Amino acid sequence: MTTTNADPNARRPKRSARQRRETAAGYSFLAPWLLGFFLLTAGPMVASLYLAFTSYDLFSSPQWVGFDNFTALFNDDRWLNSVKVTLVYVLVGTPIKIVAALAVAMLLNRKSRAQGAYRSIFYAPSLIGASVSVAIVWKAMFMDEGIVDSIQSLFGVGIGGWVGNPDMTMPMLILLAVWQFGAPMVIFLAGLKQVPQDLYEAAEVDGSGPVRKFFSITLPMLSPVIFFNLLLETVNAFQVFASAFIISGGTGGPAGSTMFYTLYLYIRGFQDFQMGYASAMAWVLVVAVGILTAIYFRTSRYWVHYSGDTR
Amino acid sequence: MTDAAHTPHTPYPAVIPEPDEATRPSDPGGHEARRKARSSRRSKRALYHLLILVLTVIVLYPAIWMLLSSFKPSSDIIGEINPIPTDFSLDNYRTAFGGIGGISFWSFFWNSVILAVGSVIGVVLSATVSAYAFARIQFPGRDVWFAIMIGTLLLPFHVVIIPQYIIFNNLGLVNSFIPLLAPKFLAAEAFFVFLMVQFMRNLPRELDEAARVDGANHVRIFRSVVLPLMSPAVMTASIFAFIWSWNDFFGPLLYLKDPDLYSLPVALRLYVDQTSVSDYGAQMAMAVLALVPVMLFFIVFQRYIVEGVSTQGLKG
Repeated sequence: MTTTNADPNARRPKRSARQRRETAAGYSFLAPWLLGFFLLTAGPMVASLYLAFTSYDLFSSPQWVGFDNFTALFNDDRWLNSVKVTLVYVLVGTPIKIVAALAVAMLLNRKSRAQGAYRSIFYAPSLIGASVSVAIVWKAMFMDEGIVDSIQSLFGVGIGGWVGNPDMTMPMLILLAVWQFGAPMVIFLAGLKQVPQDLYEAAEVDGSGPVRKFFSITLPMLSPVIFFNLLLETVNAFQVFASAFIISGGTGGPAGSTMFYTLYLYIRGFQDFQMGYASAMAWVLVVAVGILTAIYFRTSRYWVHYSGDTR
Repeated sequence: MTDAAHTPHTPYPAVIPEPDEATRPSDPGGHEARRKARSSRRSKRALYHLLILVLTVIVLYPAIWMLLSSFKPSSDIIGEINPIPTDFSLDNYRTAFGGIGGISFWSFFWNSVILAVGSVIGVVLSATVSAYAFARIQFPGRDVWFAIMIGTLLLPFHVVIIPQYIIFNNLGLVNSFIPLLAPKFLAAEAFFVFLMVQFMRNLPRELDEAARVDGANHVRIFRSVVLPLMSPAVMTASIFAFIWSWNDFFGPLLYLKDPDLYSLPVALRLYVDQTSVSDYGAQMAMAVLALVPVMLFFIVFQRYIVEGVSTQGLKG
């Protein structure tokens, strides 16, 4: 109380001095992130935008080439193929994974002591799925005369190894992604707990069956979580690298069927040292992902239901 | 919320409390109906548990297959559906511990440990400090920076790796751990900052206001008031920082050229490339060894991990 009794004239300048101190403290605390942002994100983004218009091999200085990299991209069959491979993986794999996650979450969403244990078990693959170890195991399971082939042969539908078959590598990698359904499942379970139970009770009074309840209550109430999971999984799916690299031995084969965008960028940038070309690839990806995300957020208001309770 | 929401709803009132049917003499008709309802409920439950059990087996199969195959001779691995080894041996582990190209397995393991522990320290330091600015200090520009930080969450990493590589190359730091650790100390993984901000915002403000009245400055408040309360968030961030660093393949592939510096995932890849096609046993043993710390973390910190995912949307 003694400080407030001090000279009233001193108050105003003191306040702004305090504000200045707050600002100084704010920027001091923010310094690690700010430094990282300018040195590792914003700076490099500007640099790669410049490099995208150059030819640069890391050893001689960059040569300005205008839009050459971009025109070359759209005439590069390997690039077009990597776009196709990545889009198939993202657009087919992600929805399957999300549906699987939701289905299992619905199955587990009941009061049971075992729920916690199942939740942990089903989550475990998400922790290790992107590792080199699992990629090695996947390759061993799906190779010629591997266990998947053996099981298929038992049923008389043997097609040989999936690893060497350009038509089967994508299903194999999508299966690997779907195997990691646990992370979105855990998020769905948390979301399901938030759905007010009285809605279900009201629906039961009205005589609604489980299917009706799912489509009229669960799905709309869960739509913010579905939105979040789809966004997160889509962004993650664009970054897949280790599994494709290990399974194809770093080549993106067979026949370019595992040539994901990230892998092709790695090959052009860090094996061929065409850093200008790779930068152009990176910027095309940023713009494409940006447009996709914008569309996604824009359309979300037509299908994402925000009620006062959930958010 | 109405009261109705709190009263437990019983869809089949007739079958719920049924402690001891033998002692209940009257109402044979109702008894019959009850028994029918109960047996259908029972078979439904059995079906449900069977379904979950099958799912569990499918989900766990690849991991169990990997683990048990590592104890088999290489010739017994590839087409063998039954994962249980007929002649159990530790030979594969002996091969794996023998190292790769004259470099000991423990060298790779140690490199992975340094990277993972360094990442944890870097992430915890930088994320808590930066988050404090976002959550607890009023200053001009804060909200803009926060929005930018959220924006970087969705930015594909591809757009920064090439210039980052060029920068580290020009600084002569390629082939060292610095390019892999520096981003952690500079809070480049915005996700952790976001996690800390969310947690800090939920801490009661009265505590730091009381400290302010006592004349404490921000450094003091951060260290003595906020940080001690952050332990759940720090735990979650540490666990994920460790596991992500441990499993990371792209970063070490890019920056570590000298096999002496390889972390386990890159060493594993080298091993797969080098060994003759037939030595699957040793590959499996190496793969298992590379996952052991992650699995230990998972078993010990399960709760933190799963809770972290369900509340923060952390990916695996």
